[in-house]
Amino acid sequence: MLDVSVSYNRYKFLGHEFLTWLWFLTENQRDFIHEKVADLTSLEIGNRVVLENRFKDTLETITIKGDDAGLEEGILSLKKGAVVTELNLTYTFDELEWQFSLKGESLAISGLKTPATLPVNNTEDIEEVVLEKVMHYEKMIDFINIIFREFINKRISEDWEQTVVPEIRKWITK
Amino acid sequence: MGLLSTSVSITQYQVKGTLESVLDTVGKGLKKNSIQEIDDDVSDSAIGWTSIDHPFKPDFETSSFIFGIYLVFSLRIDKKSIPVKVLNKYCALEADKMLSENGRNYLNRNEKRMIKDRVYTQLLKRYPATPSIYDVIWNYEAGTLWFFSNQKRPNEELETLFSKSFHLNLIRIFPFTAADLTMDLKEKERDILIQLSPTQFSE
Repeated sequence: MLDVSVSYNRYKFLGHEFLTWLWFLTENQRDFIHEKVADLTSLEIGNRVVLENRFKDTLETITIKGDDAGLEEGILSLKKGAVVTELNLTYTFDELEWQFSLKGESLAISGLKTPATLPVNNTEDIEEVVLEKVMHYEKMIDFINIIFREFINKRISEDWEQTVVPEIRKWITK
Repeated sequence: MGLLSTSVSITQYQVKGTLESVLDTVGKGLKKNSIQEIDDDVSDSAIGWTSIDHPFKPDFETSSFIFGIYLVFSLRIDKKSIPVKVLNKYCALEADKMLSENGRNYLNRNEKRMIKDRVYTQLLKRYPATPSIYDVIWNYEAGTLWFFSNQKRPNEELETLFSKSFHLNLIRIFPFTAADLTMDLKEKERDILIQLSPTQFSE
């Protein structure tokens, strides 16, 4: 296995491409997501998108935030060569909602809000409440892992260069 | 507790290696490496495990850390931070006292350093430590672990203490490790993965 810090830095672009592809899917190929994540009700881009564009030695960071923020600026940045480095997502299943941010380079999850669980009133409740909360975390983490594996399967196939990249280019130049 | 908060951060890990008697080994490791109080001590920091329901009085004998297939406990990092202005104040008072006792007008560099070290140690004994608690959920059947922080230092301390306590290594899940370790890639697919370079989406 490659050294951990070397592989973290060498392949962080995979996380950025994953988020860029995921945004593309939510706008253009929702059927693909529903096919892979059977019980998903909806997946929407949330209230924060961070993009980065590298020009030789300089780094430009573009942050779009706010509940009603338009994503046109983000598309424009993609057109100029940026990639998505952080994405806030809202995932719903039946009446339940999860909201979280995913960082591309580390796949770290932050600001994760799950459906509400019962309050802990005494120490005897704790196991029940923890297991309920764990179930909510598992649901969302499984979703991320499933969709990331689909991305890697695409990324290492010929389909990536032949189909996926042309489709993403078409989307950002549309 | 962190994992029951309304908003959390999670770093995913894979646990490398297996234990013959998981619950027994983990229980012993948690007890042996549980946090030690430093409030009346000259130490400036302490790191150790604590129980999820009694984080300020860890007791793995009576508090269960086994929740079905999950092992749930917390990493606690206690740190004493003495404000510089407080340290300077007590150093100045100590220096004045020393000067008046000895009838001198100045202290040399070595004396000032000795005063600072002595005052710092005295203050450490008087200052309570600030605890930070980070929850851990370990699915011992799947060999996966979630750590409820994305911060650098707590994650590094987790990796070190976990290895010391259970003689197992944690591998952080990020794009490359997620693909390489969790996907059962064939040799040829792994070769392609290693050779990948960034895609240019713009034309």
